[in-house]
Amino acid sequence: MTTNIKRRVFLKGSVAAGTVGIAVGAGLLAPQAVLAAWPKAAFEAKSIDDALKNAMGDASSSASDAIKIKAPDIAENGAVVPVSVSASLDGAESIALLAEGNAQPLVATFAMGAGALADVSTRIKMGKTSDVIAIVKAGGKLHSARKSVKVTIGGCGG
Amino acid sequence: MRLRTFAAAAVCALAATTVMADKRAADTSPAEDLKTYRDYFQKRFPGVPLNEFGNGVYAIDNVSRDSWNAVEEFPPYEPMIEAGQAIWDARFANGKRLGSCFGGDPAQRGNFPYWDAKRKMVVTLPLAINECLESNGEPPLPYRKGRIADLLAFMSYRSRGQKINVEIPDDPDAIAAYNAGKSFYFARRGQLNFSCAHCHFESAGMNVRTDVLSPALGHTSGWPVYRSKWGELGTLHRRFAGCNRRVRAKPFAAQGTEYRNLEYFLSHVSNGIEYNGPSARK
Amino acid sequence: MAKKSIKIRAKLKGDTTQVKTLMTHPMETGLRKDKKTGKLIPAHFINEVTAESGGKTVMTAYWSGGISKNPYLSFSFDGASAGDEVTISWKDNQGGSDSASAKIK
Repeated sequence: MTTNIKRRVFLKGSVAAGTVGIAVGAGLLAPQAVLAAWPKAAFEAKSIDDALKNAMGDASSSASDAIKIKAPDIAENGAVVPVSVSASLDGAESIALLAEGNAQPLVATFAMGAGALADVSTRIKMGKTSDVIAIVKAGGKLHSARKSVKVTIGGCGG
Repeated sequence: MRLRTFAAAAVCALAATTVMADKRAADTSPAEDLKTYRDYFQKRFPGVPLNEFGNGVYAIDNVSRDSWNAVEEFPPYEPMIEAGQAIWDARFANGKRLGSCFGGDPAQRGNFPYWDAKRKMVVTLPLAINECLESNGEPPLPYRKGRIADLLAFMSYRSRGQKINVEIPDDPDAIAAYNAGKSFYFARRGQLNFSCAHCHFESAGMNVRTDVLSPALGHTSGWPVYRSKWGELGTLHRRFAGCNRRVRAKPFAAQGTEYRNLEYFLSHVSNGIEYNGPSARK
Repeated sequence: MAKKSIKIRAKLKGDTTQVKTLMTHPMETGLRKDKKTGKLIPAHFINEVTAESGGKTVMTAYWSGGISKNPYLSFSFDGASAGDEVTISWKDNQGGSDSASAKIK
């Protein structure tokens, strides 16, 4: 039950964000109002559980083979780690992307709207060797997958 | 391709086996050097086509190549190509444009660097750009990054596919400049007492900590480069300075004689490889 | 904000449109120190990206400063046709924003 309420809050947040976006574009709102929809507590959380509770409404997830993470075994540069997440789960609603070793592990959330597939790619920063975690919400439940990425210190700084 | 960890002991051992470094630069001709370079790297990395060396370390390291491919999917330098075009298209105060110095064609990469017999100096593309600006009463651009890198990105993009083809004319001054570049490449410098060649000739493919050392062959092809470490575009001479600093040597001025001669030498021994700038590096 | 901070490529393959976008932004976490002054560089990052097509929101992404500088995002959606527009908008934590559109090819 708790999950469902939180989920509704999350979705409502997305809708509100669209409106705020237009208002900001038109110069109607002060900058601090922009943050209204951004899940601050989730992004500032130091632990994975806190991040997930705030971003996805729940911290418990079950491992799923239906989620594929594509990321390098060894990051060429921790400042730019290409990561792709795709999931073949029915009714996938949103994806949370975390770097376990980062001081603030939650990197991004993606809410799939009209017709969107659970298939996103981006480039993230990783402070040290750790797992990249993808959490996919589908059918009201959280599914997870992880992939280890080695982050090393280079020698050719220049 | 991870051959060995690059440790201090290895460096000392390698120094003793150095072939080219022990010779005086003038002992071999530019044509011989080109052959030595090609043969050496093609033997060292069998199966890597010559042109592939234009991709730097990604030619020989599949792990980092994956990340690189993902970045090139939508390369971070793309917006800079457009910014460079705007500079190319902009009118000077006198009504002319940059194109007036380059026959109206931005695809100039393959024409540089060249030996200017009259002035007895190597002319690089960035130098020619600033000379054009100054001769039109415009302020020159700083050489390491920013607007000149954007402009070079646009010009290099339009030049993609042109091959490095730097022939050293039979002119004692030109050969002296080439040899000065070669000597620079093989000279130990800095607190670490490394030459360029220690890392990128003899030890190419080995690791410095976890970085795989890129082969010297093709080192001048992909500029300007968006380095993730920089988070922006930079020029070849900016990278030269960075490398010098890494061995704790004092870098030389971008577009000064030392680096222009170095570019002349490095370009010649990479002849035949396509210009593929701008490009992305770690 | 600098003009043209968003580049978009949208391609239709079968029923699915794949959108790739590159944004120009420093993505400062607020945790990094300026090498020269030793002072923290204030946080400055895109925290929300929305994608719209055919009057519908296709994707809403919330980001931290943990996304790399000059961010890249790609995603896919069904239901659009060639020639339709995709609009990408971002907002950052300092009140900056930008928006750009591209036709699906």
